[in-house]
Amino acid sequence: MVEFNAKKVAELHHHLHSHLPSESALRVKALETLLVAKGLINSESIDAWIEAYTEDIGPKRGAQVVAKAWNDEDFRQRLVQDGSSAIDELGYLGNATGHLKVIENTKSVHNLVVCTLCSCYPFSILGIAPAWYKAAAYRSRAVRDPRGVLAEFGVQISNDIEVRVWDSTAELRYLVLPQRPSNTEALSEDELASLVTRNSMIGTDRDLIKKEEVKA
Amino acid sequence: MKLNDSNDKALKPLVDMDGDPIFDEAWQAQALAMADSLVKSGLFSANDWSNALGQSLKESANRADIDSQLTYYQSVLKTLEQLIADHSEIDAALMDSKRQDWEKAYLNTPHGQPVTLDEKPC
Repeated sequence: MVEFNAKKVAELHHHLHSHLPSESALRVKALETLLVAKGLINSESIDAWIEAYTEDIGPKRGAQVVAKAWNDEDFRQRLVQDGSSAIDELGYLGNATGHLKVIENTKSVHNLVVCTLCSCYPFSILGIAPAWYKAAAYRSRAVRDPRGVLAEFGVQISNDIEVRVWDSTAELRYLVLPQRPSNTEALSEDELASLVTRNSMIGTDRDLIKKEEVKA
Repeated sequence: MKLNDSNDKALKPLVDMDGDPIFDEAWQAQALAMADSLVKSGLFSANDWSNALGQSLKESANRADIDSQLTYYQSVLKTLEQLIADHSEIDAALMDSKRQDWEKAYLNTPHGQPVTLDEKPC
């Protein structure tokens, strides 16, 4: 015998005719509605931020900074002395990035950046931090076992190379200036930038090589 | 900072996360965008944000929550709610009430039609 249960039918109707977002998504919608109503944000600027950071602003800005430093010794010196001012010359410095320090890899030093507290990251020039940078495992292991973390990323650091770990804060963030690959003297700045990986500017990549060499 | 080691074990190898998307769901991007906008507008400082998010992540690690991007962004959302409550007239009760309004709106809107709220001054 088929029973008619009004409550169940109503539930089924709701299920079929609604696409209820997750609990977190509902809480975010509530916040956005309230903040807009109070004049603390506007929806257009939030949409523009998301579009910019998911589509336009990525590590290529950082790669341009690195390529310019490789190509222009005066700029490199200004960059290492005062990263924020030098990057501001290119118009890339975000309001909320805080002070930015550029740390330079050499033959004998490798730099690795982490934020042990949360996930401070120079996102105005590198885009949103990768998933692993925000993971608790990276934030703890980068300090405790940097060589182990680097090995996991395929970066073998010989014992004669010193590994320095830099802990970012909201007020001081870091950008690694990787070493220029050999045999790249003839390349343009844009071509040089294409060799620079996001991870090399965080420190989980080290030896950048020309793509043709990879294929060979 | 002490992190619960059990999180290390729960995580897939870091390098396997290298190609993962920076956001898994739209709300994660929206939460981060609101946090950055509120820092820029001065409702709270970058230091306030960093310290509060750090505390929330520490609590999450101490609970041995799974070390995932979802867990991270849940901490982002919790921190955002807390700082908004601390620095504005928007309190937890108002947030909860507005969340209920959105749930009702979704449930009462036929599929395919835009979901909107009947806005009342708050």
